[in-house]
Amino acid sequence: MKLNKIILSFVSALVILFSTSVASFAKVVGDKIILGAAISLTGKYSSNGVHTQNGYNMAVDRINSMGGVKVGGKTYKFDIIYYDDESNPKRAAQLAERLISQDGVEFMLGPYSSGLTKAIAPVTEKYGVPMVEANGASRSLFTKGYKYLFAVLAPANLYLDVAIETAVELNGGKPVRIAQAFEQDAFSQDVRLGILDAAERTGSKIIIDDKLPKELNDMAATLVKVKQMKPDVLVVSGHTKGALTAIRQIAEMKVDVPMLAMTHCDAAKLSKQHGKNSQYALCASQWHKSLTYKDDFFKDGMTYAADFEKEFGYDPPYQSAESSAALLVFKDAFERANSFDQKKVRDALAATNMQTFYGNIKFAPGGQNVDKPMVLFQVMCDASGSCENKVVAPLKWASAKLIHPIPKWSER
Amino acid sequence: MDFLVFQYPMITVQACLDGILLGVLFALIAYGMALQWGVMNIINIAQGDLVILGGYIAYFMYLYGIHPAWGVIVAPVIMYFVGIAIYKLVINKVVDRDLFISILATFGISILFMQLMNFAFGADVVLANSGYGTTMLFDSNVVLPNSKIFSAFISILFAVCLVIYMKKSKLGRAIRATAQNARAAKILGVDTEKVYAATFGINAALCGVAGALISITFTIHPYMGLPYTIRSFMIVIVAGLGNLPGVAMSGMGLGVFEEFADYILGTEFRIGSVFLLLVLILVYRRFKLSRKREYLK
Repeated sequence: MKLNKIILSFVSALVILFSTSVASFAKVVGDKIILGAAISLTGKYSSNGVHTQNGYNMAVDRINSMGGVKVGGKTYKFDIIYYDDESNPKRAAQLAERLISQDGVEFMLGPYSSGLTKAIAPVTEKYGVPMVEANGASRSLFTKGYKYLFAVLAPANLYLDVAIETAVELNGGKPVRIAQAFEQDAFSQDVRLGILDAAERTGSKIIIDDKLPKELNDMAATLVKVKQMKPDVLVVSGHTKGALTAIRQIAEMKVDVPMLAMTHCDAAKLSKQHGKNSQYALCASQWHKSLTYKDDFFKDGMTYAADFEKEFGYDPPYQSAESSAALLVFKDAFERANSFDQKKVRDALAATNMQTFYGNIKFAPGGQNVDKPMVLFQVMCDASGSCENKVVAPLKWASAKLIHPIPKWSER
Repeated sequence: MDFLVFQYPMITVQACLDGILLGVLFALIAYGMALQWGVMNIINIAQGDLVILGGYIAYFMYLYGIHPAWGVIVAPVIMYFVGIAIYKLVINKVVDRDLFISILATFGISILFMQLMNFAFGADVVLANSGYGTTMLFDSNVVLPNSKIFSAFISILFAVCLVIYMKKSKLGRAIRATAQNARAAKILGVDTEKVYAATFGINAALCGVAGALISITFTIHPYMGLPYTIRSFMIVIVAGLGNLPGVAMSGMGLGVFEEFADYILGTEFRIGSVFLLLVLILVYRRFKLSRKREYLK
């Protein structure tokens, strides 16, 4: 009995000692800057969680091998502590607490998805931990007055308004009739708000405004309405499920619509899963490898894509590219702050104004990146049935001409 | 609220046809549930997850270049053994306990299946392309994807085969006898343990067929099982146990109801309306039962 007690107290003393010692010097250990990240490695976001992690890892390796981060005349290397948030917002918030208060992390990288970023942001804000995130685009993240949240990506409401503007332009400047179907989650609803804004700006009318359930796998009803009412543009956003369901049912039901605009096409591997049926779909993307932005670490989009493919064996989706960019932003901020003081780093982040292979980065007071427009690509297939995504808007980056209107199914 | 469905009469036709085709598929899943509920008194929360697993079998056949329609033959065979395995590992330990224990146990199986499928197949939404084309009716105002027609046809085929099997075969008779009175069946020499295992296997096989059809018609994802459980639960509640025509009718009714809810209330209320209907039916049933009891007094 007595022996048990002694062992117990010895073990608990060890545990306490260990945990405090970790906490006391975890942020910058020796020549390492330790960043924390809760990422969805399991659960429903795990595919995109892995894309995010690969993007982070790729940038860490690249920055470390190219000289690291220079602060106060000393060279540091990046290291990341990862935890699996199981795609669960509550778990993500707990892990953020743990990273900060137990592991002593003083700088954070974002998780995947707007929902999880929303769960973590209050925690990082409470502790004054600067967080650069690359995968939370919901507008509501940037209206809460967060001081320590920085997003390298364009907010969700800008995803598809280019499509509406393009449609109006192609209609000779006259307003268009819009049909839209959006999933009921923070991100898709923000995309919807962007469309509403664009419609108001251009005087366009929304004739179908459907909300899709989370368990969505059938949107035949929406498409029947589209068939009857013949809108000029159909906009769909419901993550990968939405994109896949829409293309399948549009093809099966032979729905003719002059323009089809969507999100999450490359995450859904649209052209791979649907082949020629996905042709002409117009997709919003944060990044495309053919863009000509440049930096010293990854050179440009094409080189990044080639290097990424070599390391991970697949073409990088934009989720990976933006995650890599987050590390470049941190490196730049540390060097400009020339310190590891959280406040100084935060101020340096706020003053960021740089170009990366992923795009220009400059943060608005709310934390969103205002210097990088969204691009639209269109799925284009050749006669043999192999499909490619080609950037069609904005015109500055376009590598192909937008095909409009989409040919009718009877003529394909 | 949207009354498009009344402005364009063709939408009504479309909604009814879509609903019926969908409902037949639901009815197949529900029939499996009714069967094992009736025989073993177990409400299988993992029903939808078995469906999704069946879908993945068809999907993997598709990936390896086999037409996914063959999944309706391969998936039930594999799923039958999966069902037997689940029975031997878990269900046989809860089969005589009260309903609550079995709900908990199958709920656990459901969570386990979701996580395992996520682990094994990834969290991507996937589908299998059948390339079946489309049927156009009424001057192409009503469109029916042939994949939906195919899945309804296969569902009916399996349901009919099963009914005949239950009526004619020895095992079918044993299953029906066990459902009526397990103890009496045991006394008369029926190996109820075997009957239970077979019933659970048949249920899983039906789920496998339905899953293969869903992978051809819709999309599959490790976490998409629950709506199928709820729907089949509801169909069974409306139809009652052991009432196959009832299951078929209430399946189609639910399909049509869903489509109309979608058109009139909006897509966001589609699944919500199913839940609402479930509550209403449960309240109504309870009300009816309580009246009966009073009468008996």
